[in-house]
Amino acid sequence: MTYIAKPKFHHPGLKKNALGYTHRDYEGKISTLCAGCGHDSITASIIEACYELSIEPHRVAKISGIGCSSKTPDYFLGNSHGFNSVHGRMPSVLTGANLANRDLIYLGVSGDGDSASIGFGQFAHSIRRGVNMTYIVENNGVYGLTKGQFSATADRGSKSKKGVTNTDNAIDLVAIALQLGATFVARSFSGDKSQLVPLIAAAIGHKGASFIDVISPCIAFNNHAGSTKSFDYVREHNDAVNRLDVLVGRDPIAVDYAPGTVQVVEQHDGSKIALRKIDADYDPHDRLGAQTFLARHAAKGQIVTGLLYVDPEAEDLHEHLNTVETPLNALEADTLCPGSAVLDKINASLR
Amino acid sequence: MKPTDIAAPDYFHKVVDCQWACPAHTPVPEYIRLIAQGRYSDAYMINWKSNVFPGILGRTCDRPCEPACRRGRVEENPVAICRLKRVAADFKDDIRQRLPKPGPKNGKRVALVGGGPASLTVARDLAPLGYHCTVFDADPEAGGMMRTQIPKFRLPNSVIDEETGYILNLGVEFKGGHRIDSMKALLAEKYDAIFVGSGAPRGRELELPGRKEAAANIHIGIEWLANVSFGHVDKIGKRVIVLGGGNTAMDCCRTARRLGGEKVTVVVRSGFDEMKASPWEKEDAIHEDIPILNYMVPVAFKHVAGKLIGVTFQHVKAEYDAKGRRNLVPSGDPDQTIPCDDVLVAVGQENAFPWIEQDCGIEFDKWHMPKVDPKTFASTNPKVFFGGDAAFGPKNIIWAVAHGHDAALSIHKMLSGEAVDERPLPEVQISSQKMGIHEWSYDNDISPDKRYKVPHRDKVVALKDIRAEVELGYDVKLALGEAHRCLNCDVQTVFSTSLCIECDACADICPMDCITFTANGEESDLRQRLKAPSAHPDQDLYVSSDLKTGRVMVKDEDVCLHCGLCAERCPTGAWDMQKYFIEMTHAGSTCPTKSRSAA
Ligand SMILES: Cc1cc2nc3c(=O)[nH]c(=O)nc-3n(C[C@H](O)[C@H](O)[C@H](O)COP(=O)(O)OP(=O)(O)OC[C@H]3O[C@@H](n4cnc5c(N)ncnc54)[C@H](O)[C@@H]3O)c2cc1C
Ligand SMILES: Cc1ncc(C[n+]2csc(CCOP(=O)(O)OP(=O)(O)O)c2C)c(N)n1
Ligand code: SF4
Ligand code: SF4
Ligand code: SF4
Ligand SMILES: [Mg+2]
Repeated sequence: MTYIAKPKFHHPGLKKNALGYTHRDYEGKISTLCAGCGHDSITASIIEACYELSIEPHRVAKISGIGCSSKTPDYFLGNSHGFNSVHGRMPSVLTGANLANRDLIYLGVSGDGDSASIGFGQFAHSIRRGVNMTYIVENNGVYGLTKGQFSATADRGSKSKKGVTNTDNAIDLVAIALQLGATFVARSFSGDKSQLVPLIAAAIGHKGASFIDVISPCIAFNNHAGSTKSFDYVREHNDAVNRLDVLVGRDPIAVDYAPGTVQVVEQHDGSKIALRKIDADYDPHDRLGAQTFLARHAAKGQIVTGLLYVDPEAEDLHEHLNTVETPLNALEADTLCPGSAVLDKINASLR
Repeated sequence: MKPTDIAAPDYFHKVVDCQWACPAHTPVPEYIRLIAQGRYSDAYMINWKSNVFPGILGRTCDRPCEPACRRGRVEENPVAICRLKRVAADFKDDIRQRLPKPGPKNGKRVALVGGGPASLTVARDLAPLGYHCTVFDADPEAGGMMRTQIPKFRLPNSVIDEETGYILNLGVEFKGGHRIDSMKALLAEKYDAIFVGSGAPRGRELELPGRKEAAANIHIGIEWLANVSFGHVDKIGKRVIVLGGGNTAMDCCRTARRLGGEKVTVVVRSGFDEMKASPWEKEDAIHEDIPILNYMVPVAFKHVAGKLIGVTFQHVKAEYDAKGRRNLVPSGDPDQTIPCDDVLVAVGQENAFPWIEQDCGIEFDKWHMPKVDPKTFASTNPKVFFGGDAAFGPKNIIWAVAHGHDAALSIHKMLSGEAVDERPLPEVQISSQKMGIHEWSYDNDISPDKRYKVPHRDKVVALKDIRAEVELGYDVKLALGEAHRCLNCDVQTVFSTSLCIECDACADICPMDCITFTANGEESDLRQRLKAPSAHPDQDLYVSSDLKTGRVMVKDEDVCLHCGLCAERCPTGAWDMQKYFIEMTHAGSTCPTKSRSAA
C-alpha cells in the first residue's frame, strides 16, 4: 500500500505527445498492490503505450475481472471508461460493450486465475469470435489476491513459496490463443518494458483479437527459488524471437538495422510495426510454425517472448456479423427496432 | 561512469542545493522542519551556529540559497528560505541560556579591526574558546554597515542590538569610536593575531562637469545613508535623482522617499534587467512609486550659480560585438535633462586601507587589494588575517560571516600550533528516516502551494516613518504553509545495489522520472539515455555499481522531490531515505582534525 498521494509535480522537461499530454496524464490512482509487483510495471507500460500512441483517454474502455491484476485498470487511464466485472467475466462484458459501441478502444485486463481457471471458457470464446480488443493477461502463476495458491498456468514441477510441488499440467494461454485463432499473439515480461511497451502499442493498433500473455512476478507469493515465474527465472529463461518498434503517424522512427533483419508489418490503422528479428528463422505470419516453435521451446524450459503471430489482414466480430458502421448505441430507437411490420416480413421470409 | 561515492561528504551536501549555495552552509531544511514543528528556538539555534545573525539575515540576506533551491526547478518559485529564517528569530523564546559561555581565558589576545559581521563572527567563534578578543570600530556601536548602511525600515536597531549583543556578551571587548590609524602601531601591541574586517568603506565618485560647483546637493550614497542612520541628515529635496542600479541605490531612493523626496527617480546606465540590485529590492522601490529609468548615462550636473538644478543624460543602447560583449553606444536621441534638487550617487563601493603601512609584511596587489588566501584568509603576514568586504571587495553579510568562520578557524589552528591550511571535513550525521512500512520520521507529502507573500505595512504609513519596518514577516500560519513547501532535500535517497531485484517499481512510481535502469556509459552518453531529459548537467547523477542484469541504476538528482515514494515502493528496501545532517566545522569543534588525530 502507498499512502501519500503521488505528487502532481512532474519533470519540467517531459515530452508531450500530439495531444499535448505527458505520460503522467495517462496515470490513474496510485497503486495499492504490493511494492514491487510485476503488475505495476505492466500498468506503467500501458500508460507509456497510450501516451506514445496519443490516444484520447475518453476513447478507451478498460474492462477487468477479479484479482490483483484485475485491480490495475484503476491505476492507469484515470479518464477512461472502466468496468471491474465479476471473476472471469471480463471477456463477456467486453464483448457486450464492444457490440454496443464499436468505436471505443477495448483493453481487457485479466489474470492467470481470472482467465485460465474460472474464466477459461469466456477467454476462449472472446478469442475465437475475434472481438476487436487487446486482451492482456498479467500472468504470475498464482492467485495473488487470495494469497498465492497455484493457478492453472503454474508449471508442473514448480514449487510454491512453502515448498509444495505443483503436480498439475500447466495451461499455456499463448498456445491456446493461437489454436483458437487469435490474430495477434504475443508474450512478454513485466521486467522488460522495452519489449512490452511496443507490443501493447502494436496490439492496440491491431484490428481483431489481440492477446498478450505477460509474465509478471508476484513479489509476495511467487518470486522464490523453485518458481518458474520469478524475476530471476524469467530473466534466465527468456528467449525473445524478435523486438519491435511501432511507427505511428508522421513521426518516422529511423530504423537503422542491418538489411534483411527487419520486417515491416503494416497495420489496419495505418501504423507500422518494424520487427527486428532475433531468431532469423522465426516467421510471425506462420500460425502452425509458431505453435510447433512454442511447443519445442517449452519442452526445453525456455520462455519464448516477442510478437509470435500476427495477421495484418484480420477481420473482427463486427465484420463477421456484418453489423452497421454506426455504433449500436448511437442508433435511434426506430432504427434499432423497426417495428412489428418489419418483424413479420422477416419471419415470413424464414417460413 | 564509476559508482557514485556517497561517502564523500560533498556528494550529498550538493544535493541540499540551498545549503550548498549558502556561503555559511546553513542546514536549511533542518531549520525549516523545526519551524514547521513550532520549534522556533531550536530553528534559531541551528541558524545562529551557522550564520550568527539569523534575525538580521532573515530580513536582509542576499539569499544565494534561493536561486539554487530545488523547488525553483520544480515550479515557479523557490522556498522563501530567508523569510523563514526571520520566523525563527521572531517567534523564538529567550535563548540566552543556550548561548555559549565565555570560556576560561587561554591567555591569547586577538585584535579585530572593524565591528561588522566579519569581525563579530571571528569573535563569536574565538571568545568561547578563551581568546581575549578586542574589537575596534571607528563607529560608536557594533554592527558595521548592518547598522550604518542598511535602512531602519528594512532592519530595525532592536534586531542589531540583540544579535550583536549575543556576541559582545561572550566577554568580547568592544572599543567603539576607536579608529585604528596604523597597522604598525597595532602590530607593536603584540596581539597573538589580528583580523582585519574593516569593510569597503569608500563610495565611488562620479567626476562630471558641475560636480564641484553643485557639491552642496550632490551626496555620495553610502556617506549619506550613514548620516541618515546617525541622525545627522533628516531631510532631502522634493525632487531627487539616484544614480546607480545596485542595492545601495535602492536603499538611497527608498530612504529619500521617507525624508521628503516626493519625486524620486532612479537612473541606470544599463538595462533594467542587468541591474545589480536584487529583484525584490527593485520591486520594493517600484512599489513605493519610484520610477527606474534605464539606458541613460549621466553627462553633467546642471547648476545655476552653484545651485543644482538637474542632471543631463545621454541616451544609449546596448550593442554586442563579435565576442558577445556588450557595449553601450549613443542611441542618437537628444540628451535629456531631468530637473532635481538633490542627487544621490550610488555607483559603487571601494576598499581603502590608508592605515596599513607599506612595510608591515602585508603585500597588496596591483588593484591595491591585500593578497589573501581564499581558503585560510591569511595575508602575507602570518599573524594578520582578512575577511568580509576587506578581503575581496564588497559582497554581503553572509559572505562576511562565512569568511569570519574560516578566519577564526585559521587563527585557532595557528595559535594551537596546527597547520593552518589543513581544513577539517564537515561533520556529517546519517540516520534512516524509516519508522514503519510506510512511515517516515519526516513529512514526505509534497505541498502543491505557491510561494506565500510576506505581509507588508501599508504604504502610506510606511512612507511617513523612516523607522517603521516595511516587511511585517510571516505569521505562524503563513510560516507553516511556506515551511511545508520545502522538499527536505537533506533526506537523501540511498541505494543498495545488492538488495535490488530490478523490479522497476521505483522507476515506475517516481513522479519526476528521476530513476533509470540502463546500461552503463560515459556521463555524457548516460545523460542522453535517461527517462527524462537532463536539463542541468551541474546536478549529479547517482550511479550504482553493476546490477544482476549488468545494467546500473542511474538517478538524476536534479528534480528529486525527496518524497520517498521509491523507498515506499521498493519491495526489498534497496532504497532508503536517510537524513544527512551536514555542518561545517568551526573553530574549536570537538571533531578532531587530521593533524590532531595523528598526534
Ligand atoms: C547601502 C547598503 C546596503 C546594504 N544592504 C545589504 C543587505 O541588505 N544585505 C546584505 O547582506 N548586505 C548588504 N550590504 C553589504 C553589507 O553591509 C556588507 O557586505 C557587510 O556589512 C560587510 O561586512 P564587514 O564585516 O566586512 O564590514 P562592514 O560591515 O563594512 O564593517 C566594517 C567596520 O569597520 C569599521 N572600520 C573601517 N576601518 C576602520 C579602522 N581603520 N578602524 C576602526 N574601524 C574601522 C567601519 O566603521 C565599519 O563599522 C549593504 C551595503 C550597503 C552599502
Ligand atoms: C466467483 C469468485 N470465485 C472466487 C473468487 C476468489 N478469488 C478472488 S481473486 C482470485 C484469483 C485471482 O487470480 P489471478 O486472476 O491470477 O489474479 P492475481 O491476483 O494473481 O493477479 C480468486 C479465486 C472470487 N472473487 N469470485
Ligand atoms: S499479492 Fe502478488 S500479485 Fe497481488 S499485488 Fe502482491 S505481488 Fe502483486
Ligand atoms: S526545497 Fe528545501 S531543502 Fe530543497 S533546496 Fe529548497 S529550501 Fe533547500
Ligand atoms: S523498487 Fe527496489 S528492488 Fe525494485 S528496481 Fe527499484 S530499487 Fe530495485
Ligand atoms: Mg495471478
